Amino acid sequence: MSTVVKAQSDRLVIGDRVFNSRLIIGTGKYRSFEEMKAAHHSSGAEMVTVAVRRVPLDRSSESFLDHLDGSLQILPNTAGCYTADDAIRTARLAREALQTDLIKLEVIGDQTTLFPDNEQTLAAARILVGEGFVVLPYFTDDLIMARKLLDAGCPAVMPLAAPIGSGLGIQNPANLRIMREQLPDATIIVDAGVGTASDAAIAMELGADAVLMNTAIAEAQDPARMATAMKLAIEAGRLAYLAGRMPKRLYASASSPVTGIIE
Amino acid sequence: MLVVVNGEPRAVVEQTSLEDLLVTLALPRERVAVELNQKVVRRVDWPASTLREGDKIEIVHFVGGGGRAKRDGAMG
Repeated sequence: MSTVVKAQSDRLVIGDRVFNSRLIIGTGKYRSFEEMKAAHHSSGAEMVTVAVRRVPLDRSSESFLDHLDGSLQILPNTAGCYTADDAIRTARLAREALQTDLIKLEVIGDQTTLFPDNEQTLAAARILVGEGFVVLPYFTDDLIMARKLLDAGCPAVMPLAAPIGSGLGIQNPANLRIMREQLPDATIIVDAGVGTASDAAIAMELGADAVLMNTAIAEAQDPARMATAMKLAIEAGRLAYLAGRMPKRLYASASSPVTGIIE
Repeated sequence: MLVVVNGEPRAVVEQTSLEDLLVTLALPRERVAVELNQKVVRRVDWPASTLREGDKIEIVHFVGGGGRAKRDGAMG
């Protein structure tokens, strides 16, 4: 269990919302509702993503949301949308159903890689921001696109680390570091591609403000245990980032004095 | 007359409203949203929204997600 006490000032800010946890998780791919709830609980996450889908008409279906802890902030996403139009329609439906302005914007460009269509994402973001949505866009880790999304009014940007569900970890750490340095005041949330705890720690060490993940926890052998690992990793990574790491050196630098050695 | 509900054709009587449709379908009313011809219709407006021949209705709710998004169940 973490014994870290969080400073009042070091909380995650997204728009006008403040969170203690820097871990946001999904609700998909769990083997059971019990496993999902246990993982959510262990993670300490305060916000979870859900998808919008047609209600099955041919059978009665229980409300998925009833299986979520009532204290969690629900973040609807536009997963499954391949055009700005579909994403906008989905966002409007989600807002109507949940009475929340938050939307995780995903506009996918390719079914195999699930890479985002940045162009459509930007177009949808502009329209949704104009309609009062709090837009959290998922996009490739591109500094120029990040600037455009922030200028469009998104309170945070969510660059991918690797393809959704790939578990490959941060594929381009330099990009993330550059983004952090060039956008010092932006809220950057690494989304997609995290596979294990060290990936999440690295994301935070590179300066991310938070990490969003689903598969890394849901497809672990023991999701609740992995959720705990992620929680600790994100705390550790954040502390390491704030502590300011030592520089990397090509050659050794002795830690003990070089004088006074016996002969 | 025929309308399309979640991608499937459905026969409804004249003067059926969205409210009537939801009642007939016996769907949960909470945390559900409805679109008529690609425009969201607020719940308060369901009774006044009379359906016409060929109308396309999408009725959605929330499901687990956040990983590789499957297309099944996605709106048309």
